[in-house]
Amino acid sequence: MKALCWAGVNEVDVETVDDPTILNDRDVIVKVRLSTTCGSDLHLLGGYIPTMRAGDVLGHEFMGEVVEIGPAVKKHRVGDRVVVCSFIACGQCWYCTHDLYSLCDNGNPNPAITETMWGSPIGGCFAYSHALGGFAGSHAEYIRVPLADQGAFPVPDGVSDLSALFASDAAPTGWTGADLAGITPGDTVAVWGAGGVGQMAARAAMLLGAEQVIVIDRLPERLEQVRTFVGAETIDYSSDNVQSELKERTGGRGPDVCIEAVGMEAHGTGPAYLFDQVKQQLRLQSDRPTALREAIYACRKGGSLFALGVFGGVIDKFPFGAVMNKGLTLRGAQQHGHRYIPTILERIAAGDIDTEHLATHILPLSDGRRGYEMFKNKEDGCVRAVFQPAS
Amino acid sequence: MNRRTVGVTAAAIAGGAAILIAQGRFRSPSGAGEAADPRSRWRSVTVNRTAEEVAAGGQVDEMHSALGGDVEIDLRTAPGDKGTELRARLRAEGPSADDSRRGADHERERTRQLRRALREAKQMIEVGEVLRVDPTPHGRRKTTPFGAAVEFATDRGPEEGLL
Repeated sequence: MKALCWAGVNEVDVETVDDPTILNDRDVIVKVRLSTTCGSDLHLLGGYIPTMRAGDVLGHEFMGEVVEIGPAVKKHRVGDRVVVCSFIACGQCWYCTHDLYSLCDNGNPNPAITETMWGSPIGGCFAYSHALGGFAGSHAEYIRVPLADQGAFPVPDGVSDLSALFASDAAPTGWTGADLAGITPGDTVAVWGAGGVGQMAARAAMLLGAEQVIVIDRLPERLEQVRTFVGAETIDYSSDNVQSELKERTGGRGPDVCIEAVGMEAHGTGPAYLFDQVKQQLRLQSDRPTALREAIYACRKGGSLFALGVFGGVIDKFPFGAVMNKGLTLRGAQQHGHRYIPTILERIAAGDIDTEHLATHILPLSDGRRGYEMFKNKEDGCVRAVFQPAS
Repeated sequence: MNRRTVGVTAAAIAGGAAILIAQGRFRSPSGAGEAADPRSRWRSVTVNRTAEEVAAGGQVDEMHSALGGDVEIDLRTAPGDKGTELRARLRAEGPSADDSRRGADHERERTRQLRRALREAKQMIEVGEVLRVDPTPHGRRKTTPFGAAVEFATDRGPEEGLL
């Protein structure tokens, strides 16, 4: 089959690879209909997650059709239209039974790497390096989905392929941040990043009762999408002072809840951003915490901050004094999608969540290299490049 | 920073990590550190089942037979309704003390087997299968130090770590 593979730092190639096979009794094989780029892919592409191998098939956010099932699969049949959570979880360990699916004990066959890096292993994820399992990705004609009764969800009639696609990762990741940040009715929520995850976090915050939601970015087309499809306010950090603007809009308090949906390659302005760039390029810190730092300073006293963007290692100049003295609650997580995807699909069907607008560029898999170039460089207003492997 | 420099730096980091994983020497500065007598330290996984369920499944007996007589296995209830702690440790001395290098190698290998057995037993009891990843579809693999380091770390994935 054809697949889009990581070939080295900032290099991808469409290659011919072996078809996937059933390896465990709980596997299914899915014929991929749609598979999208995600901002977190850029960390892999750029070599910031150092456990990729040349030849790894990319792509973790996808939907498609079940074409083969393992003997222990109970919930799926050949022909089912499914959206698949990007994280792989067993549904049986203590973490899964407490709705913390991305922390699954049994979803990652290479636990030693993350256990050594972070103190404990987390669950597996499609195409997110060998540290998260080394599973082949969805930028391919077919993909093996392990533990499919847990991670694959039927797409309801009336929900289009394109809408369902973003229930795989962007929407449940956004929902994870909004829910676990502890939003209460009437809250003001600020979200850093107007990509797919940031937009979905903002929408989830509104649906969870936030009274005022403000999204911060620098790209005008994304901010326009936020106003049009999410219904939130926006701040353009390239022209406005974020701290002053947030103070002004919140009566001098700051947002009750701050959600960072940017991650380890944050952009920004001023000397702090320059400092982060230099230190990251010299490998003196692995991640650029520019947006995270800004969120900590902006958050109101006693407020809550959620790190939703992907971080991999260590950061510098972390303002822990502000966290401690302002009494902030700081949390983070990868998505616990198994917990949220059914609700999200219902919300999409009911018209409460729009996702299709995120797919600004729909391309055949053979244009994979071009798709990633556009996505990485934000060319032509690209928010997400979506691949159709069958076309 | 150009591509080559990024690649070399990433390779160095991955290579270093692989060596640390292989040698079992990486420990968080605030972590428990090395026990004075590693042979006496319990290595544990917490299984999300009662002790009766863990014992009844046959996995513990299987693990005992596979690992042999120099491994001691114990079950105890985890606090906070978190299931059962399945613990194991090496009990007997390896080769004679006058061959310390051989002894240390033997102990490392036995510890690897023990970690893998604990992780697999937990998966079998909780899920009913051990999750596999290979063979997985992939494109052209380049022969690089970076790739070799990742492959080495991956091969040792179930056997190393802090457990």
